[in-house]
Amino acid sequence: MDIYQIIFWVLSIFTLGCAIGVIMSRSPINSVLFLILTFFSISAHYVMMNAQFLAIVNIIVYAGAIMVLFLFVLMLMNLNSDTEPQKNFLIQFAGVISGGALLLVFVAAIKSTFTGLEGKTIDLSQSTDIGLIKNLGTMLFKEYVFPFEIASVLFLSAMVGAVVIGKKDKHLAPTE
Amino acid sequence: MFLLAITISFIIQKIILAAIIIGGSLGIALYATWAERKVSAVMQDRRGPTRAGPFGLLQPLADGVKMFMKEEIIPIFSNKFLFILGPSLAMVVALMSSAVIPWGPDMKFADGTSFSLQVADINIGMLYVFGVVSLGVYGVMLGAWASNNKFSLLSGLRAAAQAISYELALGLSMISLVMMTGSLSLNDIVSQQHGFWDGNWFSWNVFKQPLAFLIFLVCSFAELNRAPFDLAECESELIGGYHTEYSSLKLGFYLFAEYISMFITSVIISTLFFGGYNFPGMDAVAAMVPSPLFSIICALVLLTKAIGFILFFMFIRWTIPRFRYDQLMNLGWKSLIPLALINMLITGAVILYLNK
Amino acid sequence: MSFTISDKSKLVDRRPMTFKDKIYLPAILGGLKVTLGHILKKKATINYPEVQREFSSTFRGLHILNKDEENRERCTACGLCALSCPAEAITMESAERKPGEEHLYREEKYAAKYEINMLRCIFCGLCEEACPKDAIYLTQTFAPANYDRKGFIYKKEDLLIPNK
Repeated sequence: MDIYQIIFWVLSIFTLGCAIGVIMSRSPINSVLFLILTFFSISAHYVMMNAQFLAIVNIIVYAGAIMVLFLFVLMLMNLNSDTEPQKNFLIQFAGVISGGALLLVFVAAIKSTFTGLEGKTIDLSQSTDIGLIKNLGTMLFKEYVFPFEIASVLFLSAMVGAVVIGKKDKHLAPTE
Repeated sequence: MFLLAITISFIIQKIILAAIIIGGSLGIALYATWAERKVSAVMQDRRGPTRAGPFGLLQPLADGVKMFMKEEIIPIFSNKFLFILGPSLAMVVALMSSAVIPWGPDMKFADGTSFSLQVADINIGMLYVFGVVSLGVYGVMLGAWASNNKFSLLSGLRAAAQAISYELALGLSMISLVMMTGSLSLNDIVSQQHGFWDGNWFSWNVFKQPLAFLIFLVCSFAELNRAPFDLAECESELIGGYHTEYSSLKLGFYLFAEYISMFITSVIISTLFFGGYNFPGMDAVAAMVPSPLFSIICALVLLTKAIGFILFFMFIRWTIPRFRYDQLMNLGWKSLIPLALINMLITGAVILYLNK
Repeated sequence: MSFTISDKSKLVDRRPMTFKDKIYLPAILGGLKVTLGHILKKKATINYPEVQREFSSTFRGLHILNKDEENRERCTACGLCALSCPAEAITMESAERKPGEEHLYREEKYAAKYEINMLRCIFCGLCEEACPKDAIYLTQTFAPANYDRKGFIYKKEDLLIPNK
């Protein structure tokens, strides 16, 4: 076992531990903090795969921006275990069904990955430059330009929606 | 794999370098607190600290002892772990970005070995800096929430909202710089600004991207929570801000982290816009002195630039009154972000025109 | 058309901000010019215990009880100072000089007890003017800080000028 493998196993166990912590912790703040730790360890995995750009973007976007907003909202809400609303049986049932369906999809995806790899070896030392910013940029703007632009349109529509929600409604505005 | 290439001597070199940089940053931040008092004093026709040592030079030490000896209070209803984590995080994040800064050109010794004055030359140095900046808000937010005090929480939220808003303009101003340099590595950006005059135009980025520099500077004020954007703290109008419940060394950590980030930010501004360790006539100097000495001279030049920026931060703090919160948000969202976008457009157009 | 008591009042400018105001930078540079100009100005502060500001020649500070050229107390406990004191800060008790004490007191009557409450005293100097014997004078120092009120009641020993 070389140093790379040792780091990989330690990091993986840490990642899984944090991910379990996200769903197991009672306090939503702790949950979010575990999620941030999970993002960090995933970023560390990216660095292990020589994809530093992805690693840092993961940190900037998720840990640096989205999770801050999550914390923002959670801190403003008074979330104690005794004020937690009692969940309806139907909602619990729907949750179990949708969670199970997602699990099924994941298992199927992992299974097909393994069956596709049978008899093949991956040369890790060769194909590790894809995560670097130059290669990634070329890839995104050449081969995947259409999905990339679709995603940007999606973001644009989200932004327009935010502006519409945030805009003051002149008819409903209270008299000053 | 790439990790196998790391040898023991390499690790030791890097550890020594990191220790020097962290120690230096702490030392400079320590004396920045002294300088802040002196600067505020001379601007207000006072004398500032004069008692502790000559010119009050031992004042930071006295402050440290004071912070150390004070009673340490952890509020009963606070989240103890996060309460301690907050200031520690602020400190760690403040020190983190120093890792990618090229402090000087490589030292080349007579026996052919060389010693890099940069802890990690990662090819996305600028994004790393940006990532660390975006993490800076956690120390404030966690500390504020863990205090279990509504005033702390409110000012923590103010700080977070301010930081997120100004990060955008900061990032956009960096993008126009990156478009011009074509690299995210701080090492490349510095070596592109070699000397002072490249034959046609000044080689420092501030002369090529003045608007980006201005936006970057204003956003760094906001990211540092420094006057005129120190609304998180706002000590003269509100209570102490997010560190209301903090005392003793943990309060000291928060206050000190601000000075460390100020130093690191000054170094980053010098690196990105003011040529880093480059200075006019550096080729002549390089020909005269041996390489290790030249590297040290370059590092000192960078430090001088950074100290100049620290002083500038202080001059501004003691000159301008604080912004109101809505003015702050208007400036960030309605002025700086559109300006940064326009700057990006102009930069792109000029690059296209020049490459035609 | 607004009435002002002095011509120093300045109306607040409520005009909408011009472009020059909106970009803030000229205002900031103007402010920097003011503050940086102060770096070279003379400091208003002095290093107090080492350097002391001069009092004006008419300054009236702590009292002393004077002695004559033969080192005898001049005060004869006539009470005029206490009478003239608008703050009623001076109290005294007189006593008769015994034979053999001529080298201590100039007159046959002297002040056995002489107290000035420095917290009451307004340092007006009327006692100095009322004294017929030139015994009390106000000096150019002020009462130092003290931890309790008793410390501000100056006894005769505190007030007497030291032996020459």
